[in-house]
Amino acid sequence: MSTTTSLETSARPTGFARDTATVFMRESRPLVRDPFSVIFSLVQPLVFLGLFGPLLVGAAGGDVAGTLPWFVPGILVMVALFGTASTGANLLFEMQTGSHERTLVAPLSRSALLVGRALKEVVPLTIQGTIVVLVAVPFGFSVDTLGLIAGLAVLAVFGIGFGALSYSLALACRNRDWMFWMVHQTLLFPLMILSGMLLPLEDGPDWMRVAAAVNPLSYLVGAERALLAGDVGDPAVLGGILAAVATCAIGVFVGVRSMRRAS
Amino acid sequence: MTNQMITARGLTKTFRSKGQTVEAVRSVDLDVVDGELVAFLGPNGAGKSTTLRMLTTLLPPTEGEATVAGCDIRRDPAGVRRRIGYVGQGNSGGHTQRVRDELHAQGSFYGMGRRETRLRAAELIESLELGQSANRTVQSLSGGQKRRLDIALGLIHRPELLFLDEPSTGLDPHSRANLWEHIVDLRRETGTTIFLTTHYLDEADQLAERVMVMDHGAVIADDTAWALKESLAGDRITLEFEGATDAAAAASRIGGEISGRVVTVTARGGDRALPRFIRDLGDAGLEVVAATHRQPTLDDVFLALTGRSLRDEGAHAADATPEPVAV
Repeated sequence: MSTTTSLETSARPTGFARDTATVFMRESRPLVRDPFSVIFSLVQPLVFLGLFGPLLVGAAGGDVAGTLPWFVPGILVMVALFGTASTGANLLFEMQTGSHERTLVAPLSRSALLVGRALKEVVPLTIQGTIVVLVAVPFGFSVDTLGLIAGLAVLAVFGIGFGALSYSLALACRNRDWMFWMVHQTLLFPLMILSGMLLPLEDGPDWMRVAAAVNPLSYLVGAERALLAGDVGDPAVLGGILAAVATCAIGVFVGVRSMRRAS
Repeated sequence: MTNQMITARGLTKTFRSKGQTVEAVRSVDLDVVDGELVAFLGPNGAGKSTTLRMLTTLLPPTEGEATVAGCDIRRDPAGVRRRIGYVGQGNSGGHTQRVRDELHAQGSFYGMGRRETRLRAAELIESLELGQSANRTVQSLSGGQKRRLDIALGLIHRPELLFLDEPSTGLDPHSRANLWEHIVDLRRETGTTIFLTTHYLDEADQLAERVMVMDHGAVIADDTAWALKESLAGDRITLEFEGATDAAAAASRIGGEISGRVVTVTARGGDRALPRFIRDLGDAGLEVVAATHRQPTLDDVFLALTGRSLRDEGAHAADATPEPVAV
């Protein structure tokens, strides 16, 4: 029968790398088709940069150029945190409409379904991070180019892991949107505040400093501040890399496990 | 020569829901051969979709075994996935994706080359009348367009066997008729085996070559729609009399159910039985003032099999299949 013949030629066995690339391409395509979606999601970090920044300058009693090297790296981490934490909502929607089910019936590796999606997070994160830095430059922010590239790479590793965790949360919540957003909101703001991203924690109570010490984002923020200043040898950089790699490893492990169990 | 496309023996699925064990599918046996169009008919919650999800490797069976398109669903799920097309109940296009992009992505999911995928996508866009929507995002399509895209996605790799789960649910009558026209055309051109679930009686009746009736997780009948109606239901004849006394007297002679002045009786070859009833009852002094004769429907078959009407059952919107926590 002709259908059988064409099937044999067309449906070649696929592998993990090829499947991951296929999923990555599919996930990235809407970003290419509609790049403004990446810009629009920058509103929140830019609002923080524009409205929170001046307050911070006033409170610290310094000048703008002196505060930005401390504040901009924090905003970069915020971009990575908020962007990747919400990405599971797309999967949640696809699970509810039937699009995710289609991919489960396709001959794709389950691991690739997760990894390809998580890798996509690197694209908006890099674009958004670069835009945030470029916006800050006219206000006196000076950045080390190699440090920025390294900083974005560390953020990308973190973003892959945190995006994978967001997808895991979506897979666990299935059709309960409220649960996804409840967990999302409950975790996100404490993680942000307890990282010293927006306000220094040095003057906070002891328990806050202890909480910050176990928050991987604190290390990430420290590393970004050092890297963007061009201080690659700062021990904080190693701490940030380790935090990003650990988040990535845990996120991908949990995510792949969740996807393999998906039905 | 015909090949066996689906063989299932003792397929069973048990779920745990709120501390209770629910047998969603109970020891189902199935045989579908190459080129058949088979409808799985039953009310919501009968176990149709759960059976389909097991056959398409989305759910592991609790017990039993099945071979789909020559591959064992437990031992070679990847083989099954490569050979089948699946159109689930939901809309399978990603909402932010463009129609053409989604078809291209689907082709690459099945390992098709870039050129082959593009040609095939163009072919499907044309045959399923998606040309004007090809560069639009899925979220901007109408219900009928989305469903046609679903079919296109299920067919991109020219599967030997296409599973359709409630393909026309939620569509208006015009879109339903249009969708079915497309499915019948595609099947005529490619000879693809189609296995579909539906709770629309007319859909199963008019389109399927074979109907399997499912209720409470078990297959309770399996034959052509015509044979099922002929053997299980018979023609419906209603006879109306001057008064309830005459109706009762008539029912005592010919049987049937009485409802006021009306007697409803089931008979094979109803077109011939009707004049005979009128004549015999007239000879007995019971004048028939009005009469109707109706060919049986699959609903009559379901009524004869279960004592319930599928129309009433189908009115329940929620699928009774519990949250799938497999045991």
